[in-house]
This record gives sequence, structure tokens and C-alpha cells, in this order.
Amino acid sequence: MRYAYFPGCSLKGSSKAYEESLLAVFDTLGEGLDELDDWNCCGATAYFAIDEAKAYALAARNLALAEDQAGNDAPVDLVAPCAGCYMMLLKAERRLSEQQSIRGRIDGALQAGGLSYRGRARARHPLDVLVNDIGLERIADAVTRPLGGLRVACYYGCLLVRPHATFDDQYSPTSMDRLMRTIGAEPVDWPLKVRCCGGSCCGGPLVGTIREAGLRLIHDLLKEAKSRGADVLATACPLCQFNLECFQERVTREFGEPVELTVGFFTQLLGLALGLDERRLGIHRMLRWRLPELEPAAAGGAP
Amino acid sequence: MTPDPAHRSEVSADVRARRGGRRPYGLRGVLQESRLDPGFAAEIATIPGGDRLRECIECGACSAVCPLSAYMDHTPRRLMAMTQAGLRDEVLRSTSIWVCASCYACTAVCPKQIPITEVMYALKRMAVREGTFPKRFATPVLAREFVGSVDRWGRNTESRLAASLYLKTHPGLLLKDGWLAQRLMRRGRMSLVRESIRQRAKLGRMLRAAETSPPRAVVSSASPSSSSRPRASAISGEGPR
Repeated sequence: MRYAYFPGCSLKGSSKAYEESLLAVFDTLGEGLDELDDWNCCGATAYFAIDEAKAYALAARNLALAEDQAGNDAPVDLVAPCAGCYMMLLKAERRLSEQQSIRGRIDGALQAGGLSYRGRARARHPLDVLVNDIGLERIADAVTRPLGGLRVACYYGCLLVRPHATFDDQYSPTSMDRLMRTIGAEPVDWPLKVRCCGGSCCGGPLVGTIREAGLRLIHDLLKEAKSRGADVLATACPLCQFNLECFQERVTREFGEPVELTVGFFTQLLGLALGLDERRLGIHRMLRWRLPELEPAAAGGAP
Repeated sequence: MTPDPAHRSEVSADVRARRGGRRPYGLRGVLQESRLDPGFAAEIATIPGGDRLRECIECGACSAVCPLSAYMDHTPRRLMAMTQAGLRDEVLRSTSIWVCASCYACTAVCPKQIPITEVMYALKRMAVREGTFPKRFATPVLAREFVGSVDRWGRNTESRLAASLYLKTHPGLLLKDGWLAQRLMRRGRMSLVRESIRQRAKLGRMLRAAETSPPRAVVSSASPSSSSRPRASAISGEGPR
């Protein structure tokens, strides 16, 4: 099956590695991701603080484009890897189906742009697609280099499961943990899986909105992951990844204890297990990438 | 350093409010009912699920689960109670609404299913409309810059947004943080090339059709001394005082 793909602004900028690893992984697993033509900004949380209807119109345009470009009457899955984009598209999808007043207004807006949304396009996150559509069995079959007990702190962040938890538990999600186990890694048990990373305080790629608060949240997450013995923290959101990776030196300085930890995308770890080259997974773009020596690719039946 | 929670007692908030020259509690520290705005909660009730605010039992689960409540001038629980009571001015000038990271932890945990995060968004929109947001506080500035870029280009270019945010709020930090930009650029993670969609004109028509408030209402917040204006007089459709 082919999926429509909504990259969002971060995957074209600071989180190119997420896009590269995602496309490489889907390609290897034989699933197609077709980038939505002429997609626009999802609206993000920032737009919501200014104008609600326009924010919904932005998200709705993408949903409408996905239907338009699918070219038939079947449901369309729009895969959004950024947790922020995913949540915004999902929220728009829900709100438009539930609330007639906003629906009428957004329909009018779409019409002004020569589009229409009939409710066939739905937002999906690649973690959901990988675990529930493609399935862990197929992934296990494709693994050529199991991660040899690499200790991974699976971090889901906020918007993947809130406010709507569509494919996993809202308080204690497990899909990424199960995926990591499938590829030979050892997910660590830790309590901050769905705690906010403070990306909007450090500003994600934008620095300094409420720095003091942001650094504290980064500190808590990294310190906890480290104390549970994690070798790497895996994220499913470009804003979390950026925030947790880029301010580590500052946090270490500020709190006087070392919190340095490799923070990658779950798709990069999956890609490694599928035997993909580090360059295809964008690992050269990371500020820090230090994993314990992985066992060499096993030829044949090893678990 | 995490601020001591004891500093956030009701008393100290009252003292702070009075020190700041705003006297919702009057000269003698007594809250006058006449100063409350009964229309305020009604306005909030118009957002989907907003009427549930009336059901709040003030259990404080929202404040407990909020990862940022320690950095707020009013915790989420208190802000909800103040909104419900009609302390319009206090609420719309609160930094809490801009410290909120919209992580939805409060919404998920609320035993009364109050859409607290959405209420926060509604308060943000009102504060922007009325020009009562803190001018050098980066979050509202970011939101406005972000919207400007998306309205015009259909997308947001991270690097350009970051640069203008620095210039407007922390010009001094621009040099200090330059090292990060440099490291990201070397790795192909930051570019100044403008991101844009092709159908900008169509998007513009769409957004104009969807617009909630007249465009000037958003721009009017540029006035520097909003505190000297009679409060909220610019807002139409306001409830009775």
C-alpha cells in the first residue's frame, strides 16, 4: 500500500535526518511514501494562539490535498512524522467531523481555494504505521543486524498520545518499546515516556523563549534516561530530538552534572537494524552519536 | 533552580498583584464583586467543551501534572478558578498562559474532562487580541512571527524565524548562540533558503475566508502602553460587567 507523506517544516530543515531515515526504512520494507505535493505548514501550536479557524484551515488544506491527489474514493492515510504536525492534522480531522459550525466555515475557506475535504483523509504517525500496518513480524524478518541489547529509552513525548491517543496507551505507551525489542534492542523501563520535553520553552529550533524552564525539563529527561542505563534516547518527534540534543552542553553547565546522551530518531535505530548505511540514515547530521559497539551483521538464523 | 512552591501561595499572588499597581482586590485587599467580569467565563464557554469549566472541582490534578507550573505566576488550577470567577484582567496578563507548552498533560488527567489546554489557547488568543501579552516574552512574539510567515509563504523557514525571534527578544543572545547555528549549518540542518508553497494566492484566499477577527485586531497589540487603556474596551460582543 502507498501512503501520502506530510513532511512538515522541521523535516526539511533541522531534522533532515528524520526524513532520510524514515524514507530509507519505508523503502527497505517495500512501502511507498509519496510526498504530498505543495503541502503547507500544519499550523502548529503557535498558530492556535492567534487564530483558531485559520489554523484549522491550514490543516484542512493538507487533508484536502491528500484526498485530491489520491485520485480515487478510497480512504487516504496521511503520514506525518512530526508529532506536532500529526496532532494538528488529527485534531483538525476530529474537529471537522464533530463540530458543524467550524466545519461550515472551513468548507467555505477550502472552497475559496478550489478544494474540498470529504473526511476520507486521516492523519497517521509512522510509528503507528510501522507497528500496526506493516507489523512487527515483517519487520523482524527484515532485520539483518539486530541491535545486540542496545539499551534504548523510548521517548514518546506529549503530542503523540495527547490529547488523542489513537494507537497506543495515553499514559504508558508501548509501541516503540515493542518495536525496539523486535530489532534486538533492550528498552529501558522509565517513567518519563510521555513527559513534555519543553521544546516550546527552548523553542525547538528557536532558542530562548523560556530558557530556564526548558533546560530544567531537558535535564530531568536526560538524567532519568541515563540513570536507567540507557545508551540512547529514541524520539518520534523532530522538536523533541532537537531540543534534547542541542542544549546538552548548556544543561550540563547549568546543573553541574553531565547529561550527555545520544538522542536519535527511532527510525535511525530501525534503519541500523535493517542493515542500512549510516549515511542513508542521516547519522552524520547528528551533533552526537556514540553507541556501544554493535555486533557485526549476523549472517543467518541468529535471534 | 526550581522556585520554592511556597512562594506561590494565594497571599503572595495577592501581594504581587498589588505591587504591580493592579488592584483586583481593591485598596483594602478585599475582592470587590463589582470588579469581576461575569461575561469572561461565558466567553470561554463558547469554545468546544469550554462550558465544562463550570464543573471544575479544583482538585489541582492539572497543576500537579503540569511540568511547568513551577514557572507560572498562577498555576493551572488557580488560573481556571480565576477565569471562572471573572478575574479577566489578572488572567489575561498572567505569564502562565505563555509558559504553557500545550503538552495536554492537564487535559488528559482532568477528572472533569475540562479541555484545559484549549482554554489556555483561548486565553492566549484573547490576550493577543487585546494586546495584554508581555511584550518581550518570546512565546507570543514567536506566535505572531510564525503566523506572519505562514500567511505569506505557506510554510515556515526555521532559520529565518529563529533569527527574527532573537532580534526581537534577545538580541544579545544572537552572538552567544551563533555556535549552535554554525554546527547545524555544517551538518546541513539549517539553511536560510526560504521555504514556500506554489499556490500562495489560493492559500491567501482560503485564509481570508476563514479569518475570525478583522486583521487590524491582531495588529493593534503593537501599542506599547496597553495598561493605560480602559481594559478590554476594544472587544466587541463582551458580556455584562
